[in-house]
Amino acid sequence: MAQAITVTVNGTKRTKDVEPSQLLVELLRDTLGLTGTHVGCDTSQCGACTVLVDGRATKSCTILAVQTDGAEVVTVEGLAKNGELHPVQRAFASEHALQCGFCTPGLMITAVDFLARNASPSDAEIRHAIEGNLCRCTGYHNIVNAIRSAAAMMTMSAQSKVAAEVKR
Amino acid sequence: MITHPFSYQAPSTIEEAIATLGRSRDGKVLAGGHSLLPLMKLGLAQPDTLVDIRKIASLRDIRAEADGTIVVGTLATHRSIAEDRTIGAKLAALAEAAAAVGDPQVRSRGTIGGSLAHADPAADEPAPTLAFDAIIRAIGSKGKRDIPAREFFKAPFETALAPGEIAAEIRFPAQPGRTGSAYLKFRHPASRFAVVGVAAVVTAKADGTIERAAIGVTGAAEAPFRATAAERAITGTKGDAKAIAAAAAKAAEGMTTLSDLAASSEYRRHLVSVYAKRALERATQRARG
Ligand SMILES: Cc1cc2nc3c(=O)[nH]c(=O)nc-3n(C[C@H](O)[C@H](O)[C@H](O)COP(=O)(O)OP(=O)(O)OC[C@H]3O[C@@H](n4cnc5c(N)ncnc54)[C@H](O)[C@@H]3O)c2cc1C
Ligand code: FES
Ligand code: FES
Repeated sequence: MAQAITVTVNGTKRTKDVEPSQLLVELLRDTLGLTGTHVGCDTSQCGACTVLVDGRATKSCTILAVQTDGAEVVTVEGLAKNGELHPVQRAFASEHALQCGFCTPGLMITAVDFLARNASPSDAEIRHAIEGNLCRCTGYHNIVNAIRSAAAMMTMSAQSKVAAEVKR
Repeated sequence: MITHPFSYQAPSTIEEAIATLGRSRDGKVLAGGHSLLPLMKLGLAQPDTLVDIRKIASLRDIRAEADGTIVVGTLATHRSIAEDRTIGAKLAALAEAAAAVGDPQVRSRGTIGGSLAHADPAADEPAPTLAFDAIIRAIGSKGKRDIPAREFFKAPFETALAPGEIAAEIRFPAQPGRTGSAYLKFRHPASRFAVVGVAAVVTAKADGTIERAAIGVTGAAEAPFRATAAERAITGTKGDAKAIAAAAAKAAEGMTTLSDLAASSEYRRHLVSVYAKRALERATQRARG
C-alpha cells in the first residue's frame, strides 16, 4: 500500500506517495525527474547511484524511499549553489576526471562526503575513499587528481573566508 | 528493483516492533538493509512485512557502562563504530573490522546488529565479537535474554536468535589492563568480504608474558569460530616471534575450512595461520604498549 513520505531533496521539502518497494533511486529519477543519479548495476556494487542521505554517501539503489521519510537527500543536482559549481565539480572538469561521465555524479557525491571529513587527504586515502565507485573509462588517475585538487580549492576558500572575517 | 509487494512499518518502540513482527506471516527486521535489500531484489527473500527499527533511538547508542562494559547498539553503523573514539581506544579489533567492511557507502548504512544477525560466514564483525567474548542482548515477546557470542553463530546465515527476536545491543565486557587487539583480513578482490579474517585479543603480564589470548576467525569455515588450540598454545609463553608462529600454525586445528572459487580449503587453512600470526603480533605489540 502506498504511503506518504516527506523528504528534503536538495533543500526543498517534497511530499510524495510511494510504494514500500520503491527504491530511493526510483523516487529520485522516476518521480522527481532528478536523472543525474545513475543506476549502473542495481546490485549495490558500482556506486553510480550514490547520493547523500543526512550527509552520508549512500547507494540510493540499496535504500527504500520509505526509509528516507524525514531525511535530507542531496543529489548531484544539489551540489552547485547560486549558479556556481561546487569545487568538486570544477575540479572534475579541470582535471579531466571523466570520459563517458556515467560514474561521475556518484563519484562526486562520494568525494563531497569524504572531503567533509578529511580536508587534506593523501592519495592513498583518496583511493581508499572511492572503493565503492566503479569507473570503466578513466583508470581512476584523473579522478584522484580531481579530488586532491578539490581538497586544495576548498581549503583555500575556507582560509580566504577566515581572512575576510579577520579583516572585518 | 524489488518486484514483490510487502508492507512497511517503522515503529518507535521495541515492544511495538516485536508485536508487529509477531502479527506478520514472515516479517523481517530491517536495519541498514545492505544484506536484506539485495536479497529481496534477487527474490531470495520475500518477507510480507518489513519492520524498520531506525526510529528506536536507543538502539543506535554506543556507550560505556560504569563497570567498563562497552555497549554497542544494534543500529550502530560500521561507519560510526569505525569512527568512535572509545571503541578505537578499547576495542581496536572491532574498529578495524568495521573499517574493513565493504566500501564507504556500505559502511554508511550497514549495522553491526544486521551483520551479526545475517551471519554471512565471510562477514567481518563476527570475528572481534567472538574474540572479545561479547554478549548479544536479544529482546522478544518473552522478554530479554543474553546470548554469548560463542553460542550465537550456528551455521551459514543461521544464529541463535529465535524468530521474532530482535538483537538490541552487543555488550563488550571491560578488558583488563595491558590488553591489545587487532583485526586483519584477506579481502575477496571483488566482493570485499573476508576470504579469511582474524581478530586477536592479547593480555600481557607486566613482564611481557602472555596471560590470555582470544582469537576469532571468520571467512574460513561455515561459521566464525574461536581458534582455541592456538589460544592455549600462546598462553604462558613469552609472546616472541617463535611462540606466535607456533601458536598461529594451530589456528585452523580441528576445523573444516571452506573451498570455493576464491580459495581452496588448503589455501584458506594457510591463510588462517598467516593472518592469525599477523593479528597476534600486532595485538601483542599493542598489549605491551
Ligand atoms: C556491496 C556490499 C559489500 C559488502 N561487503 C561486506 C564486507 O566486506 N564485510 C562484511 O562483513 N559485510 C559486507 N557487506 C554486508 C554489510 O556489512 C551489511 O551491512 C550487513 O551484513 C547487514 O547489516 P544491515 O544493517 O545492512 O542489515 P539488514 O540488511 O537490514 O538485515 C540483514 C538481516 O539481519 C536481520 N536483522 C537486522 N538487524 C536485526 C536485529 N537487530 N535483530 C534481528 N535481526 C536483525 C534482518 O531481518 C535480515 O535478515 C557488504 C554489503 C554490500 C551491499
Ligand atoms: S546502481 Fe547502486 S550501486 Fe550500482
Ligand atoms: S567516466 Fe565512464 S564510467 Fe567513469
